[in-house]
Amino acid sequence: MAYAQVAVAHDDHSSHDDHKPHGWRRWVYATNHKDIGTMYLVFAGIMFFLGGSLAMLIRLELFRPGLQFFDPLFFNSLTTMHALIMIFGAIMPAWTGLANWQIPLQVGAPDMALPRLNNFSFWILPFAFLLLLSTFFVPGGAPAGGWTMYPPLMLQGGASFPMTIFAIHLMGASSILGAMNVIVTILNLRAPGMTLLRMPLFVWSWLITAYLLIAVMPVLAGAVTMLLTDHFFGTTFFTAAGGGDPVMFQHIFWFFGHPEVYILILPAFGIISEIIPTFARKPIFGYEAMVYAIASIAFLSFIVWAHHMFTVGMPLAGELFFMLTTMLIAIPTGVKVFNWCATIWKGSLTFEPPMLFALAFVFLFTIGGFSGVMLAIVPADFQYQDTYFVVAHFHYVLVPGTIFGIMAGVYYWLPKWTGHMYDQTLGKWHFWLSAIFVNVLFFPQHFLGLAGMPRRIPDYAVQFTDWNMVSSIGGFGFGLSQLLFPYLIWKCIKHGVPIGNRAWEGAHGLEWELPSPPPFHSWETPPTEAVLARAAVH
Amino acid sequence: MSALSSLPQASSIAPQVDTLFWFMVALCVIVVVGVLIAMVSYSVKYRRGSPADRSGRQAQSLGVELTWTLIPLALFIGVFTWSLFVFAKMRSPPPDSQTVYVVAKQWMWKTQHPGGQREINALHVPLGQPIRLTMTSEDVIHSFYVPAFRVKQDVLPGRYTELWFTATKLGSFPLFCAEYCGLDHARMGGNVVVMAPADYARWLDGNAGPQSLAVRGAALFRAHGCSGCHGANASVHAPDLDGLYGRWVQLADGSTVIADDRYIRDSILLPKKHVVAGFAPLMPSFSGQLSEEDLVALIAYLKSTARAASDPPAIGAESTHEHD
Ligand code: HEC
Ligand SMILES: [Cu+2]
Ligand SMILES: [Cu+2]
Repeated sequence: MAYAQVAVAHDDHSSHDDHKPHGWRRWVYATNHKDIGTMYLVFAGIMFFLGGSLAMLIRLELFRPGLQFFDPLFFNSLTTMHALIMIFGAIMPAWTGLANWQIPLQVGAPDMALPRLNNFSFWILPFAFLLLLSTFFVPGGAPAGGWTMYPPLMLQGGASFPMTIFAIHLMGASSILGAMNVIVTILNLRAPGMTLLRMPLFVWSWLITAYLLIAVMPVLAGAVTMLLTDHFFGTTFFTAAGGGDPVMFQHIFWFFGHPEVYILILPAFGIISEIIPTFARKPIFGYEAMVYAIASIAFLSFIVWAHHMFTVGMPLAGELFFMLTTMLIAIPTGVKVFNWCATIWKGSLTFEPPMLFALAFVFLFTIGGFSGVMLAIVPADFQYQDTYFVVAHFHYVLVPGTIFGIMAGVYYWLPKWTGHMYDQTLGKWHFWLSAIFVNVLFFPQHFLGLAGMPRRIPDYAVQFTDWNMVSSIGGFGFGLSQLLFPYLIWKCIKHGVPIGNRAWEGAHGLEWELPSPPPFHSWETPPTEAVLARAAVH
Repeated sequence: MSALSSLPQASSIAPQVDTLFWFMVALCVIVVVGVLIAMVSYSVKYRRGSPADRSGRQAQSLGVELTWTLIPLALFIGVFTWSLFVFAKMRSPPPDSQTVYVVAKQWMWKTQHPGGQREINALHVPLGQPIRLTMTSEDVIHSFYVPAFRVKQDVLPGRYTELWFTATKLGSFPLFCAEYCGLDHARMGGNVVVMAPADYARWLDGNAGPQSLAVRGAALFRAHGCSGCHGANASVHAPDLDGLYGRWVQLADGSTVIADDRYIRDSILLPKKHVVAGFAPLMPSFSGQLSEEDLVALIAYLKSTARAASDPPAIGAESTHEHD
């Protein structure tokens, strides 16, 4: 079987370099999934704080009406760059980092299937972001056309325009390579006996996410390339004067963009589905239903894109079709939420930091999901579209949703990675501060949107002042609380208490059958059936 | 919740949108609070070491999964049907609506009344009169948004989009640009002023431009040589445009379209796009020679020649010719 071949090849390789390389070579030439995973996670962390700092500047400007600190151009660059950095720099690399660390451990594979490609897909990223971030220093400043890059506005961009597009090409290439690696690893390198329906749900969610990535990242690349040729080579794909259509860009962009939002959230669904059973000491309720729910979400995500475009003016049938499909996609999402609730029913619960983040995820993601359903109702959407209601909606699914999901994952597996237990009290502080401030930050934005405050504005009418102040205070609180996180990780590495294989007594899964930290080369001999049975997640 | 309830319901559609909205809020609150109660109470009851009864646990149940799949499905189909009715209303301007043209540009709103009155960042309308806006943009995409009316419509370069409302409250209501449009997007806005019909009539008189939109259009029609081909005793074989507006037109490719604003605009700027059956494609493109405001005036002129006052087509229904 494929497993055996690769294991042999791997032995070959390790015979001449048995222990890990040292110094910079270890990282630049890295082919080990754990090292690459670590690099992805560190990179994502840096980008998270960078994108977060931009968000702090945005909330600073919005604390009061009027233009206090920044000129509108710079403010518009802030919103654009905040989005690009958080989506492509923080969240997506964090997911790939977790995939790198966990998938081989969880399916009993010695490494990712394509280690050199893995190295390449990571090392593209720093260059992509150097290119993107350097736009802050070119004439005209960083891109200010919004992360959605709608033409004709985007075509008015200055020197930053082609740089942004090339940076997006690079990020897209990196994601596609990462996704290929995940698919090949899961499909070919599972330990004998690890059948598809025995896989942990994190692995399942990543498998499906990887297919989404491969399907839609090229679409984004196509869309931005068409922008590029419209700008420099005289094509008129999106220029009305030349017979093109700016609305076509929106269709192409959102054909990428909607699956993209599920790319950002599905792995979180997977992680939550691992953490809740661990701390409820009870298998996940409806394992197969969970798998089917993810698969149906992924399928439906391809046919809902134009719900981002209800106010553009589509034919009647189009508006109705996208309203209906968008409501349908809420159903499998609801199934997941209800199954998580059913998992804690009759469990034996403890509330360590991963569990706290996971429970908060379930509740707060539900709020974000429901505001999404409200946005699907076309006649009502006309009121919310392009207002702060939308901002509140997607931040609810992305911050207490995705970001909490990532943090839950890190809190869950950090002891495995470092071999040390972290300071749980500090982790609980981090949780409670985050959970409270995130609501102070984003909940009032619903009100602002309902009152009619448009998004992407540095200055606003006085009637919006109060809730903006509250939101900014929440923002500063949330931002500051995040500093606890790197401190906690540093402290865990330096001074954490050593732990055994199974960091959490209720944890199941192959990763907990390995020492903590796992050896540099793990699962060089596949797990036995007895180990597999002990590790079974359901 | 202060926000939405503090926002006046100033158009005929607003109460219906709000009812739908509040229904959805109620639905969401019930489920979200339900999830919260379940999570908190299970967390307390089934904390480790608690004496709660844990017998009869299940790892899965088809019945349960089906229940929480099918109940939301039924609910959603209900809401979908309800929205359908509200939405149908939002898309069909009443036949007696009065047209106002809106041209957006970075970063201002220009409005033109049929009588030739022009305004910048403001729109005066009479109370109780359905108003139909025909809108286009000179540069990038903008979006016409009046929160108090619960209406929003993107305004696109190179085509017309439409929006209608009937104001039901006197006063001045903020107008925003909702679609991000660059540097001064935040400051692109104005006011919609709703006046009693008598005041509105006085306002119209007081602000009458030198000529009505249609008269200006007629002058442009001669100045740009349209009448040379389309006039009664023209040498070129071109269709007579009198009474064209609102009629069905048979095209050379066999399809038919309704001669609305969008069609006339395309005929002028992209004449090869729709060639009228029985005519040679002789008409030159006027793209680049006419401003958005000139186009609007030409359309108003052609409209004024429409003999039979046919009902305006429903918004969006005219898009048949978009995809050929
Ligand atoms: C050189 C002669 C010529 C000039 C000048 C000209 N047109 Fe035309 N126009 C035609 C011909 C021929 C057709 C029919 C063939 C076609 O549809 O292209 C036509 C078609 C049209 C139509 C569609 C008519 C229908 O029955 O559906 C409109 C509207 C129109 N022209 C408006 C204008 C306007 C407004 C101007 C001035 C800005 C103008 N034309 C200038 C020759 C001309
Ligand atoms: Cu979407
Ligand atoms: Cu704008």
